[in-house]
Amino acid sequence: MNAGNLSSLYPMSEGLVTMAYLVSGIFFILSLGGLSKQETARRGNVYGIIGMTIAIFATFMSGKVGNFELLIPLMLGGAIIGAVMAKRVEMTSMPELVAILHSFVGLAAVLVGIASFMDPGHALLEGSDKLIHEIEILLGVFIGGITFTGSVVAFGKLRGSLSGKPILLPFRHFLNLGMVLGSVYLGSQFISQGHDAALITLLIVTGISLVLGVHLIVAIGGADMPVVVSMLNSYSGWAAAAAGFMLKNDLLIVTGALVGSSGAILSYIMCHAMNRSLVNVIFGGFGTGSGGSGGSSEIEGSITETSAHEVAEELKESNEVMIVPGYGMAVAQAQHVVKEITENLRGKDVNVRFAIHPVAGRLPGHMNVLLAEANVPYDIVFEMDEVNDELPEVDMLLVIGANDIVNPSAQEEENSPIAGMPVIEAWKAKTVVALKRSMATGYSGVENPLYYKENCHMLFGDAKDSLGQVLSGLN
Amino acid sequence: MIIGIPKETQPSEKRVAIAPDNIAAFAKLGYEVVIENGAGEQANLANPAFVEAGARIADSASAVWGDSDLILKVTPPSMEESEMIKEGATLISFVYPARNEELLKKLCERKINLLAMDCVPRISRAQSMDALSSMANVAGYRAVVEASHVFGRFFTGQITAAGKVPPAKVLIIGAGVAGLAAIGAARNMGAIVRAFDTRPAVKDEVKSLGASFLELDFEEDGAGSGGYAKVMSKEFIEAEMKLFAEQAAEVDVIITTAMIPGKKSPILITEEMVKSMKQGSVVVDLAAEGGGNCELTEAGTAKVAYGVTIIGYTDFPSRLPTQSSKLFGNNLVKLVQLLGTADDFSINQDDEVVRGALVLDQGKISWPPPPVETSVAPAKKPETPQEEVAEEKSKNPLLSGGFLLGLLSVSLLALGWNGSSEFLDQITVFVLACFVGYMVVWNVTPALHTPLMSVTNAISGIILIGGMLFVSGANPWLAGVAIFVATINVAGGFLVTQRMLKMFRK
Repeated sequence: MNAGNLSSLYPMSEGLVTMAYLVSGIFFILSLGGLSKQETARRGNVYGIIGMTIAIFATFMSGKVGNFELLIPLMLGGAIIGAVMAKRVEMTSMPELVAILHSFVGLAAVLVGIASFMDPGHALLEGSDKLIHEIEILLGVFIGGITFTGSVVAFGKLRGSLSGKPILLPFRHFLNLGMVLGSVYLGSQFISQGHDAALITLLIVTGISLVLGVHLIVAIGGADMPVVVSMLNSYSGWAAAAAGFMLKNDLLIVTGALVGSSGAILSYIMCHAMNRSLVNVIFGGFGTGSGGSGGSSEIEGSITETSAHEVAEELKESNEVMIVPGYGMAVAQAQHVVKEITENLRGKDVNVRFAIHPVAGRLPGHMNVLLAEANVPYDIVFEMDEVNDELPEVDMLLVIGANDIVNPSAQEEENSPIAGMPVIEAWKAKTVVALKRSMATGYSGVENPLYYKENCHMLFGDAKDSLGQVLSGLN
Repeated sequence: MIIGIPKETQPSEKRVAIAPDNIAAFAKLGYEVVIENGAGEQANLANPAFVEAGARIADSASAVWGDSDLILKVTPPSMEESEMIKEGATLISFVYPARNEELLKKLCERKINLLAMDCVPRISRAQSMDALSSMANVAGYRAVVEASHVFGRFFTGQITAAGKVPPAKVLIIGAGVAGLAAIGAARNMGAIVRAFDTRPAVKDEVKSLGASFLELDFEEDGAGSGGYAKVMSKEFIEAEMKLFAEQAAEVDVIITTAMIPGKKSPILITEEMVKSMKQGSVVVDLAAEGGGNCELTEAGTAKVAYGVTIIGYTDFPSRLPTQSSKLFGNNLVKLVQLLGTADDFSINQDDEVVRGALVLDQGKISWPPPPVETSVAPAKKPETPQEEVAEEKSKNPLLSGGFLLGLLSVSLLALGWNGSSEFLDQITVFVLACFVGYMVVWNVTPALHTPLMSVTNAISGIILIGGMLFVSGANPWLAGVAIFVATINVAGGFLVTQRMLKMFRK
């Protein structure tokens, strides 16, 4: 006797299913609430799993689900693939994984929308119910389509298989506007057309949304990916919520709304951390606006190179050490060496701390995850605002593969493209050592005067190799 | 190409142009280094250290001077040395071209290139080769050591079983490189340090070293070009002298560093002031070479007048020879790097730094160079507009928040006017859920933003349920694909979150 037989024999009553959905919704809320602190975060994840299990089980038993020969293998297959992906993924490529998972939600929303339209139940609707349902389908498909292709492009950019540079077509704002208006027009046709004609219209709208998704995201530069990923996170939530409306399913609505607002808040936080408006990020390739061509003023001074050996000696003599990691640490996979150095220094009674900028890396909280992977205790990892005031007391500050987030022009130059962006005031430390592969600029393309400051020394080379040498110097 | 390091010949000069550490840097550029026997001995840098670093030892001065293509030296060459130099060679040392005309004439005849370390322009880029600064740094430190040597008391205050010792009070006039070094050294020895400078821009630097900054009740900025202070107005000087007279009676040690390039040093401490000082006090005059800042200074010696020791040595850097030689050597390395490698040695006059330092160009006098301007303090930014912007920004969220709330209420009312009750129920659920999400997510710590994202990702896989409802419908495969990808999402999202969270530990 399999689950299918069971559910047809003993279907749960509709009221019971609704209550199960309610419980599952509560678990999802608890899940997000649990993530507010490290101590409760794991419990939060478990709540999420419980909520999801209840929801799936209740749907199984609702008596509305059939075709188990197809359903069960598909779910098992999906679960296995998902588990393998989760197991295999490198912590440094978390952003890619998250992006591609978003695209799956988008794709599912598109398919569910189309399936819902083609369902015989839809044809039975009449009057304002039909109208509302069709608008819901249209919205769900449209948002889902953008999420799908947008996430695929973001995935490509994060993996590096697509160029991180913004691709800007001429009149792109008009193109976007045209696509949206076109969809609105087609939508108005859609609701008045007969079933078959309307299906074609729906597919055309789907196509437009797919193109729009690509076009929106290719125009956004690699450094803005934290915002893009969280924005797509939000879209995937809205897509699920729209699906909930069309299926008259409150659980989908609640979950979609939770995810949607969570993603929206993250996008807002990220934008705030870069001192830019959401509109600016969504519609702007960075550094293409006025005065954004890079070094707006000549930097005076020269850079001073140092050696791994010297850095090790200086570290030994410091009392307060601060480490500012950036995307470069992720690229070089240097987090483990960083941790070894941290342990070594802490063994020598040096107070080592980490300062994390909100947009360091390519995903909100990316650096925290990498450091956690390397077993760096989270109570020595601090946020930018917590440490900025204490920087003058820091003897030695290591900047590992970060650039724009420690750029003094954000505060010192009014015309700089990154002016006003909150940054870690690295230059206030007594000595700064910046690890970098070359003198190339960061994603924003802005020269960094930090490197020319008197108290800043450069250690060129791959961060992992350089830090390995520093570590052997410490031993 | 051969770099030659002769032994310094001036009596009492203990420095040598480079330290063993620098030889590797020269070798990297392809130069061979030859050093005169015993050149570093007085600086505690003996022959073996140089040999070990890869240098060759030459027995006589004439061998060094005659064979080298590039001579590195500390002090200006003597007449005899000038005779020995190879024609067409390059010499880098302190030159002081303004007071050494005879020497320049002599060197002209030898058709050499001459770069003066004292003429390196004082711009940011050339800081690493600014030997005047590195020597001034040494001098400032040594000035404090000399002062404490003759001063009969501790610099630091102590409370001991044998009684209370008050800390010494040190006044430092001029907070340039030497002045700041002196402040640091005196502070480290525990003294109470006060400093005065005509340039208000250095106030923060003085304070950062732990000294108090004496100020006149008088507005005039003394910042001149090239990092030096300019000559001040008569009224200013009167006010300044009054301050020094007050201070002289109170402090134990005065260190003066006021030099004006190419001019006689200004008299800041008069005979009267010295008289007013306590017995056993010390005046160290770092400007002795240019005539001294103290009326009683005798250049080159220390003497006692009215019970006050007045030190007017002119060779402070040479009194700390190991340190000075190392710093001078580092400055030389940076300058030689600008001139290129051994195979590609050239005096590139387009380079501002090289042009500034070049005194003789193949025997032709090319000094003084055209002037170079630098700024000491960054231009002040206008402050008022910024405040206005901040104000506007703080108003905006309130406005837009209220506006959004209003818009939301109006649109909700409009929906309620005309819509089916089922749809309205859904809207209710939706709006409430948005608010719950909003409230809950703001509490999430930024460190957990990635796990938050992967969890929300996993739960947005709830769309799976939508697929399940259609899998037995008209288009099972359409729904099937949706189910498949949504399950990947659910499983992948939760498991990867689990994996990540496991790693967070205290």
